Amino acid sequence: MNVILWLILGSLLVAGGGLAVFLWSLRNGQYEDLKGAAQRILFDEEAGR
Amino acid sequence: MNAIIDRPIAQGGGSCCRHCGLACPEGADFCCSGCEAAFGTIQGLGLGTYYLQRLLDPNARAPRPEMVERADLGPFVHTRADGSCELLLTIDGVQCGACVWLIEQILGRERSVVSARVNLTSGRLALVWRGDAQEAGRLCALVEQLGYRLVPFRFAESTARSDEQGRALIRALAVAGFAAGNVMLLSIGIWVGLTEGMGPATRALLHWVSALLALPAIAYAGQPFFRSAVSALRHGRTNMDVPISLGVILVSGLSLVEAMRNGAHTYFDSAISLLFFLLIGRVLDHRARNRARATAERLLALRAVDVAVILPDGTLRRMPAETVAPGARVLVGAGERIGVDGVIRHGQTSLDTSLVTGEALPCPAGPGSLVFAGTLNMEAAITLEATATGADTLLAEMARLIDAAQAGKGRFVVLADRVARLYAPVVHLCALLTFLAWYAALGASLGEALLIACSVLIVTCPCALALAVPAAQVIASQALFTAGILLKSATALERLAMVDLVVFDKTGTLTCPELALVGAYDPQALRLAAGLAANSRHPLSRALCAAYGPVQPEGGVVEHPGQGLSLQTEAGEIRLGSRRFCLGSACADTVTDAGAELYLTRPGQSALRFCFLETLRPDAAETVARLRAMGIGVMLASGDRKAAVREMASLAGIGAWHAGLRPDAKMALIERLRGNGHCVMMVGDGLNDGPCLAAADVSMSPSCAADISQTLADLVFQGAGLGAVAVALAVARRTRRVMRQNIGLAIVYNLLAVPVAVAGLVTPWLAAAAMSGSSLLVMANSLRLRGQRS
Repeated sequence: MNVILWLILGSLLVAGGGLAVFLWSLRNGQYEDLKGAAQRILFDEEAGR
Repeated sequence: MNAIIDRPIAQGGGSCCRHCGLACPEGADFCCSGCEAAFGTIQGLGLGTYYLQRLLDPNARAPRPEMVERADLGPFVHTRADGSCELLLTIDGVQCGACVWLIEQILGRERSVVSARVNLTSGRLALVWRGDAQEAGRLCALVEQLGYRLVPFRFAESTARSDEQGRALIRALAVAGFAAGNVMLLSIGIWVGLTEGMGPATRALLHWVSALLALPAIAYAGQPFFRSAVSALRHGRTNMDVPISLGVILVSGLSLVEAMRNGAHTYFDSAISLLFFLLIGRVLDHRARNRARATAERLLALRAVDVAVILPDGTLRRMPAETVAPGARVLVGAGERIGVDGVIRHGQTSLDTSLVTGEALPCPAGPGSLVFAGTLNMEAAITLEATATGADTLLAEMARLIDAAQAGKGRFVVLADRVARLYAPVVHLCALLTFLAWYAALGASLGEALLIACSVLIVTCPCALALAVPAAQVIASQALFTAGILLKSATALERLAMVDLVVFDKTGTLTCPELALVGAYDPQALRLAAGLAANSRHPLSRALCAAYGPVQPEGGVVEHPGQGLSLQTEAGEIRLGSRRFCLGSACADTVTDAGAELYLTRPGQSALRFCFLETLRPDAAETVARLRAMGIGVMLASGDRKAAVREMASLAGIGAWHAGLRPDAKMALIERLRGNGHCVMMVGDGLNDGPCLAAADVSMSPSCAADISQTLADLVFQGAGLGAVAVALAVARRTRRVMRQNIGLAIVYNLLAVPVAVAGLVTPWLAAAAMSGSSLLVMANSLRLRGQRS
C-alpha cells in the first residue's frame, strides 16, 4: 500500500515539474516566434553583442 | 568576405539586379541606384554573406528600396523606465532568416541600439535604443535603404488583448492535459482493480487522489466554457457551452459524492478529458482566427497614409491621418493618395476617385472642390483644408448606412448553436426521465438512480458535437489562408456556403486596380517614353513603365508638376505628358470619354498618343464561368457610367448589370435581392461599396481595397486574380458538408450510447472509451478537408 503512495507522489511531482516548465516557457515568450527561431540557428551571432 | 557575390542569371538573356533580384536592363548590375547603394552598404559592412544565404521568394515583393516619406515616429516611441526608448514596427519584405540576420546586424552595429529583434512569425521589429526619441527616424532609414518597409505598429492594444486570450487558453489546455493524463492513469488502476479484486481502501485512495487532481483543474480549465455559458444564459439564449458546463459540473459533483460514499464508480477522468479535448479545439480555433486578423491588420498598416501638414510657420510635417485637426492645411503631391476629407484651396488637378465613387476615369478638380480620403491625386500638387468629420462628410454618411445594414446581420445563428438549442433540452429531459424511472418505477436507491442518470449525461456530453463544427472550421480557414484568403469573421464560412448570388463591384474588383496601357505602339517610341516615365511616380508613368518592362531611366529628365516630363537632347526637346503640355495651348483641352491619355512629342516627328484603360482582372471571365458552373448567379453593380459597365459586363460574361448606382441605391439593390430570397455575397473594394458589404449576407474585399471596406468585409483576398472568390465558395461548401457529416456522426453515436446508459450498463471505462472514440472520429473526418484540392 505504501508503494502506491510513493508511486503516486513521485509521478505527480515529475508531471507537475513538466507542467511548471511549460507554463514558465509560455510566460517567457518561448513560443512567440517559432518560425524565426528555426531560422536563427543558421546564422552566426557576432561576439560581444 | 567582401568578395563573395552571387549572380543569378535571369531567363531570356537579361540579368538580374544583384540586390533585389528583379530583371534589370541589359549589361547593368543593378536595376536602380537605390539597389546599388544598398548593395554597397551591405558589402561595406562585411555582411555580404546575406546574398549567399538568402532565399528570395519570387512571389513576394522584391527588396527594392523605395523612397517613401515617413510620418513622424515620435507619437509611437515609448519611453521605458530606464530612460531608453522603445518602438514597435511592422516590417515588410522580410522573407527568410538571412533578412532577420541582416536587419539585426545592421541595427546592432549602431552604438545607441540596445536591442533589435525581428519576429519572423508576426513580421514585427522591436527596437530599443538609448538616447533621443528623435533618433527613431535615422535608425529606420538604415533598414529602409536596404529595401524593407517599416511602419509604426498601430494595433498594439487589440493585439495584446488577443495574445493574452490565446495564452490563457493554452494555460488552461496545459493544466487540463496534465490533470487528464494523471487521472486517466489512476483510472486504469481502478478499472483493472474492479476485475482483479482491489481492496475498497485502495480504491478510495485512488478516487480521492483523482478528485484532488481533477477538481481544481476543472475549476481552472473550465472557465472559458463556464463564462460563455453564463453570458449566453444571461441573454436568455443557449449555446454549446451550456450543456458542456452543466455536464461537467454535474459529473464532477456526483463523482465527489460517490468518492465520499466510497462507491465503485467515479467519472473524474471523463470530465477532465472532455475539457482537454474541447480546449484543443478552442486553441486551434483561436490561433487560426488570430493569424488571419493579424495578417489583415498588417496589410492595412502597410497601406496607411501619412499626411503632409503645412504648419502655420510654413514648414511641412508628416503625421498620421487620424491626428490631423480640422482646418489644417494639407499638401498632397502628384501621385499621392489623399488621407483626409477636405476642400481644395490651391491647385488644379485631376483625381482618381475610383475607390470612393466607383468612377474609373479621372475627373478634374480645382479650388473649392470637395475631396475625400482614399482619392488618388493624379496630376499636380494641391493644398487642402481638412474639414471636420461632421454630419455632411461622405465618410459619416457611409457610417450611418453601414450601421443600419449591420443591425440586420447580427441575427445569424451558427449551425452549432442551432443544434445546441435542440440538443440541450432533449438530453437533460432524457436524463431526468431516466432518474425518475429508476427511482420511482424500478425501485433503485436514490444514489443508484442519480448515478445512472449522470451516466446518461456523460455519454451524451456533447464532446463530439462541440468539436464537429470548430474542427472543420479550423482546417478550412487554414486551407483558405494558404490560398491567400483571410477569413475574418467566425460565422462567415457558414454564411458563405449558402450563397446563391454573387454581386461584383466593377472598378478595382472586377477590373485591375491600376489603369493599363492599351493598343500597339512603335517599340522605339515606347522605350523612350518608358525611359522618361521611369523618373516619375505619377500613376500613368508607372503604368507605362509596367507595360514596357525593365528600363534604364533617361538622365536629365525634368518633371513639370501637373503637366509632364521633358528631356533636352541635341536634336531638341522631348516631352511626355498631358495634351496641353505636349501639343501647346493651341489645342483645345477637351475631356475625352475614352480614357486617360499621355502624349509623346519628339523633335521632327508627329506626336504619339498613349491610351490607358481599365482592364479586367486576368481570370475574371473564368471565375464568372466557374461560379455559374457551381450554380451561383452573378451580377454586376457599379457606380460607373453605363457604357463602361456594359462593356466590362459583356467581357466578363455577366448578363445582369446595373450602372450609375449611388451607394444607397446599391445597398437598396442588395436588400431587394435578399428580400427576394437570395443569399447574396458582395465582392467590392470601394468606399462606396461599404454599405453593400455590410448589407450582404457575406462580403469579400481585395487586399487593395479602401480601409473601411477591408474592415467591413468578412473575407479579404490577396493577389491579382479573382479566382479567390470561387475558391472561397468551394471551400465553404465542402466545409459545410463535413460539418453536417460530423454532426450526423455525433448524433448516431448518441443514439447508440443513450439506450445503453439508460439501461444502467455504462461503466466509467466504457464512457471514457466511447467519448474519446467519437471525438477522434469527428477530428479524423474533418482532417479530410485538408487533402482535397479545389
